[in-house]
Amino acid sequence: MSELAIADLRVSVDGKPILDGINLTVCSGEVHAVMGPNGSGKSTLSHVIMGKPGYEVVAGSVTLDDCDVLAMEPWQRAQAGLFLAMQYPTEVPGVYLDDMLTEAFEAGDRGDRALVEARLVREAAAIGFDETFLHRPLNVDLSGGEKKRNETLQLGVLQPKIAVLDEIDSGLDVDALRLVSRRIEEETNRRGLGVLAITHYSRLLSELKPDVVHILVRGRIVQTAGPELAGRLEETGYAAWEPPENGGTEVGIRGHLHREHPDPFADPFADPFADPLA
Amino acid sequence: MTPVPFEVESARSLPGPRWLRDRRASAAATLAGAELPTTEEEVWRYSRIAELELGAFRLVEHASGDEPEALRPVIDLVPERAGVIVVRNGRVVRAELADDLASKGVFFGALAEAENPSSLLGSVASAGPDVFALMNDAFAADPVALVVPSGVVVEAPFAVAHWIDEEAAAVLPRLVVTTGEGSEISVLEYYGSAAVTALMVPLVELSVGPAARVGYVGVQDLAPSVWQVGSHVSAVDRSGVLRSAAAMLGGDYARLRMDCRLVGRGAQGDLMSVYFGEGHQTLDLRTFQDHRAPDTSSELTFKGAVSGSARSIYTGLIKVEPDARGTNARQSNRLLKLSEDAWAESVPNLEIETNDVRCSHASAVGPVDEDQRFYLESRGVKPEVAQRLVVTGFFEEVLAQLPVPGVGEPLRARIIDKLEGGGA
Ligand SMILES: Nc1ncnc2c1ncn2[C@@H]1O[C@H](COP(=O)(O)OP(=O)(O)O)[C@@H](O)[C@H]1O
Ligand SMILES: [Mg+2]
Repeated sequence: MSELAIADLRVSVDGKPILDGINLTVCSGEVHAVMGPNGSGKSTLSHVIMGKPGYEVVAGSVTLDDCDVLAMEPWQRAQAGLFLAMQYPTEVPGVYLDDMLTEAFEAGDRGDRALVEARLVREAAAIGFDETFLHRPLNVDLSGGEKKRNETLQLGVLQPKIAVLDEIDSGLDVDALRLVSRRIEEETNRRGLGVLAITHYSRLLSELKPDVVHILVRGRIVQTAGPELAGRLEETGYAAWEPPENGGTEVGIRGHLHREHPDPFADPFADPFADPLA
Repeated sequence: MTPVPFEVESARSLPGPRWLRDRRASAAATLAGAELPTTEEEVWRYSRIAELELGAFRLVEHASGDEPEALRPVIDLVPERAGVIVVRNGRVVRAELADDLASKGVFFGALAEAENPSSLLGSVASAGPDVFALMNDAFAADPVALVVPSGVVVEAPFAVAHWIDEEAAAVLPRLVVTTGEGSEISVLEYYGSAAVTALMVPLVELSVGPAARVGYVGVQDLAPSVWQVGSHVSAVDRSGVLRSAAAMLGGDYARLRMDCRLVGRGAQGDLMSVYFGEGHQTLDLRTFQDHRAPDTSSELTFKGAVSGSARSIYTGLIKVEPDARGTNARQSNRLLKLSEDAWAESVPNLEIETNDVRCSHASAVGPVDEDQRFYLESRGVKPEVAQRLVVTGFFEEVLAQLPVPGVGEPLRARIIDKLEGGGA
C-alpha cells in the first residue's frame, strides 16, 4: 500500500506564484482526476511532483510513503515508484527507447535488457502499438497520439506505484484512448497502481472512471467530489469556479453556463502535435 | 642518426625516385618565399597559428621499424578489408592488398611504386589550398596511393593507419585516392600517436570519377601534445558521389580544412564530422563546398562538443559558381558546450553567383538540452547516464551514417571516454 501525499504545496516560477496551496492524497488503487482550465497549474503540479528543474517550491511537502519526495532527484523519484506521463513528451534524438529503459532498470537493480525487451513486447501488444516503435529514438517523428501511447508503454514496463498522467488523452483517438485507459485500469486493479489523471476533458474520465475528481483553478483545488463532479463540469464549464472578477479570494460555484463562452471545452491551446487521424 | 632540421634545404635529402625528389625541391623553392599565414586572414581567424614554431620539429629521415602494436586494435576494427597500409612516422611499414583486387588492376601502396606516379600526386590538390599543403608537397616522405580502375566495385574498406612515436617529429602524411568511372570503394584512415610532441601536416586528395561512389572516414585521435594542420581536398566528377567524414578527437591544436569541389554535372559531395575537444584542446575546422557544375548537391553535417577549457572553431563556405545552376547545398554545424570555460565559434557563409539554387545553413551552439536530460531522469536513469545518452544521441545523426561500417561503435565509445574525462 503506497500513498502520495501533497500538503499545502506552493510553487513559483520566476517569482510568480503558480500553485497556491495544493492538498491532495493518492493511495494505491485509487484514481484521482485533476481537472482545470488551461494555465491553471496542472502541468506545473505534475512537473513539481517529478522534480523538473525551473520551479521554486515556496512551501509545503510531497511525500511518498512518508519519504520526502522533494528531497530526491528525479531519477530517485522514479526508482521510488513515481511515474509521469508528460503532456508533451520530449524528443530525444539518437536515444533509443529500449536503451533508456535498460539504463533505468540497471539504475534500480531491477533487471537487464532481456527483461526490458520482453516487457516492451508485451506492453506494445496490450495497447496495439507497433513493435517497430520499440527501437526508435525517443518521441522523434512520433505523432501526438503515438507519443501518448509511448508514455503508456513505458508505464507498463516500469510498473510504478503512483502514476501522474498529464493529459494522456490529448492526441489519442477514441479507440486508442480506450486501449490506453484499459491498460491503466488493469494496472490499478491488478497491481494497485495509484493514478493522478490530469485532463481538461471529461472524455478521459468516462473511460478511466475516477474515484475522486478535483477542480484546479488558478493554482488551487477549489472543489473535490465524486465522479459526478465531472459530469456537472461538462454542463457548467470552469467559469462556475472562477473567482469573482472583483478580485476577491472567495471561490464558489457561480451558477450556469456563461453565454459568451458557448463552448467552455473549446481548447484554444489544443495540442499542436495532435494528429486527428493518429 | 643526425636529426634533419625541418627547413627548406632538407627537402632534397629525403629519399625517393628522381621525379619525386624534383617535385619536392620545386615545392621547397616556392615554400622558401612563402610565409606562414596569420589570423588576419579570415580562414585563419581564431586559429593558434601564431604559436607554431616550425624550428622545434625535425624531419624523420629513416624508416622506423615495425608495425606499431598500438595500431593493432585500430586495424582489427575492419577485419574484412580490401587492403591495409601502416605508416609509422611518415614511412610505409606494411602494405597489403587482396590478391583478387590486384588482378583487377587496383593499386594500393606507396605511391612511388604505382604506375605513372607523378601524375597521381597533386591530381586534385595541384595548387594546395594553403602553405601547409605546399609543405606536404615539399616534405611528404612516403605518399600513399589508392588507384581504382573504372567499374571496379569493392565492398570491404581499404584501411590506412598512421602512427607517430618520435619526439619532435614533423610528419607529413599524404594519401591520394583516384577512382575510375562507376567504381565503388570506401576508405578508413586513422591518425594516432604516442605521447610525444610532434607536428602532423596531412594532405588527402580524393578524386571521384564519373558515377563513382566513394566513402571516406578519417579518424584523428592524436595525443594531446601533437599539433595537426591538415587538408582534405576532393573533386567529384559527373554523377559521382563522395561521402566524406572526419572524426576530430585528439591533438593540442588540430586543424582540418575540407575542400569539396563538385566539378561534373550532377555530382554529390556530403561532408560529415564529429569532433570533441576537452582539456586545453583547440579544434579548428574549415569547410568549402564548392559548386562548379550544374545540378550538383552537397550536404554538410557537423556535430561537435567542447568541454573543459577546450575551444572549437568552425567556418564554412558554400560557394556556387556562375555555371552551377540547380545547385542544392546544405550546411549544418551544431555544437554542445559542456562547460563554462569551453568556447566555440561557428560561422557559416554563402557566396552565390547564380540564380536557381537552393542553399541553407544552420548553426547552433548550446548546452545539453535540459528537457531531454529530465525526460530520461524522470524514467529512472541516473543523471550521469542521462548526460551520456543525450550527448552520444546528439552525435548519433553522424555516427549512424558513416560511410565505413563498423566505425560508429568505437567512435561512440571514444566519445563517451572523452565525455567522462577519460582523457585524450
Ligand atoms: N517555465 C515557466 N515560466 C513562466 N511561466 C510558466 C512556466 N511554466 C508554467 N508557467 C505559467 O504557469 C501557469 C500554469 O501553467 P501550467 O502548469 O502549464 O498550466 P496547465 O497545465 O494547467 O495548462 C501558466 O500561467 C503558465 O504560463
Ligand atoms: Mg498542461
